[in-house]
Amino acid sequence: MFWHRTAGGGAVGGAVALYAAVARGGFRRYATYRTATAAGVFTNTVFGCLIAYTFQALWHERPHLGGYDQAQALTFVWVGQALLATVALTMGGGFHEEMQERIRSGDIAVDLYRPADLQLWWLAADLGRAGFQLLGRGVLPMVAGALLFDLALPASPLLWAAFLASVALAVTVSFALRYLVALSGFWLLDSSGVAVLSGLAAMFFSGTLLPLRVFPGTFGEVVRMLPWSSAHQVPADVLLGRYPGLGLLGALAFQAGWAAVLLAAGRLLQAAATRKVVVQGG
Amino acid sequence: MTDGTEPGFIELAEVAKAFQVRRKAGRLRRSRHEVRAVDGISFTVGRGEMVGYIGPNGAGKSTTIKMLTGILVPSSGRIRVAGIDPSRERTRLARRMGVVFGQRTTLWWDLPLRDSYELVRRMYRVPYDTYRKNLDRCVELLDLGPLLATPVRQLSLGQRMRGDIAAALLHDPEVLYLDEPTIGLDVISKARVRDFLREVNASLGTTVLLTTHDLTDIEQLCRRVMVIDHGRLVYDGGLAGLHEVGESERTLVVDLAREMAPIEGVPGARTVKVEGPRQWLAFPASQSAAPVVAAVAERWPLVDLSVREPDIEDVIARMYTGRAE
Repeated sequence: MFWHRTAGGGAVGGAVALYAAVARGGFRRYATYRTATAAGVFTNTVFGCLIAYTFQALWHERPHLGGYDQAQALTFVWVGQALLATVALTMGGGFHEEMQERIRSGDIAVDLYRPADLQLWWLAADLGRAGFQLLGRGVLPMVAGALLFDLALPASPLLWAAFLASVALAVTVSFALRYLVALSGFWLLDSSGVAVLSGLAAMFFSGTLLPLRVFPGTFGEVVRMLPWSSAHQVPADVLLGRYPGLGLLGALAFQAGWAAVLLAAGRLLQAAATRKVVVQGG
Repeated sequence: MTDGTEPGFIELAEVAKAFQVRRKAGRLRRSRHEVRAVDGISFTVGRGEMVGYIGPNGAGKSTTIKMLTGILVPSSGRIRVAGIDPSRERTRLARRMGVVFGQRTTLWWDLPLRDSYELVRRMYRVPYDTYRKNLDRCVELLDLGPLLATPVRQLSLGQRMRGDIAAALLHDPEVLYLDEPTIGLDVISKARVRDFLREVNASLGTTVLLTTHDLTDIEQLCRRVMVIDHGRLVYDGGLAGLHEVGESERTLVVDLAREMAPIEGVPGARTVKVEGPRQWLAFPASQSAAPVVAAVAERWPLVDLSVREPDIEDVIARMYTGRAE
């Protein structure tokens, strides 16, 4: 028997191949549940209509609220519905229920002895999941919204490309937040309470309830600076062209900055959690 | 890599693990309480050995395995596996060991078995031809062929266990830890898993340490067995030696020509049961059956006889209860 080393390609290439395979797996495992996807598309479309009619009424009374015209406000709604399952910050449905369960049952110990990084593994799996959800549960509600309502979708391919980049960053920020929530299970044993709180906070602070630009004064300034705005407000504004010129890069940098900070916080917490498990036996 | 056994592949010296447990003491007060799950264990396992590790629930078996895999740090003592301190260099060691926890799975629940194996290949950076060879062997010996395309959630417990064992072996580990690999399996699945483990140990020289509650696993697989109870090693040696330590008895069953009074006066033996013309005599397992048979045949009308070996389960049950004060 021989102890095999990397067959060329180097450690980095091997790691990229591994996490790419994990992401593909994340994509495929969600793709196997077709009925659930169809039900999700239906739900997102129905809720999109309800919120769209509410926003329509609101913008009829108060045109240009938050600097959006009615078509832009409706686009904001449908971007939110398209991203709901993809970003998975408010309603659950991502990796964190699974990770919570593994922490609770102790199965997480199995993950620890593998020669792979826990955070990168889950991030890759969640990005794969998000990729499927964007195609499976994002595109159709968006098309339905565009058919049923008058939306302000851009023609510029640059804006769409920036939008996709912004969505990828939105998923990463969302992942980083949910990872912190899931890790709290190492201390709380059951982190579902924290998860509910986190979901409620995200519902408001991401702009899903009302666009954050609607809120005036210091409060508005502050909520727009918080990480949650990366999940809905920023990608929607990117698509709506609210960041002219270099502002677009600034918006993406804002998301990337929060992603980096929160992922780093996750690493610290993960190290503490691992220490706790390894020393105290969970 | 050398072949054959090499002493001290796994080395434990005075290893202990204590957990802090909080207990309710009154309405609000909690008292801290120390539980010594493993309480000073020392043993060595040579490369290529296959060792059974048994003990009652809560004896410290899983805690030992967790320390060997590096996911638990011992409170004191020293552990080396292939010269590596597991908790310090967990990832480096991870590439050289395979682990199967009977009640946990490493397989991806929603995806076909094959996808999990692909991930294992990438995670351990197994060269493709090695992977292919190992997978083919596992598929053949564990009869996984029809299951490769099946999502793991649709597998039966026995199928899943075979799938998990294969996953633990794809990267050619030098050592394989199995924590209750046959738990919950039916007789046929158990036999298949045992055959496979025997084959892996014999042909690849993989060092195997397995915990189990099923003593048939030990009888069929391991020449050496370690018994742990209350965090301490109470026996380490061959299966046969267990009988001496456990003061087990063999039974001579004799059929006499007719119903008679219980046989008496046979040196070293006592009659434990009489049923019509058949009588049961118990004598120490360490003693030869021949003088007992001779003594009976000399003075009683013997028609037929048989000797029953002691039941290993009884022996071990006696060991556990003997220590439970």
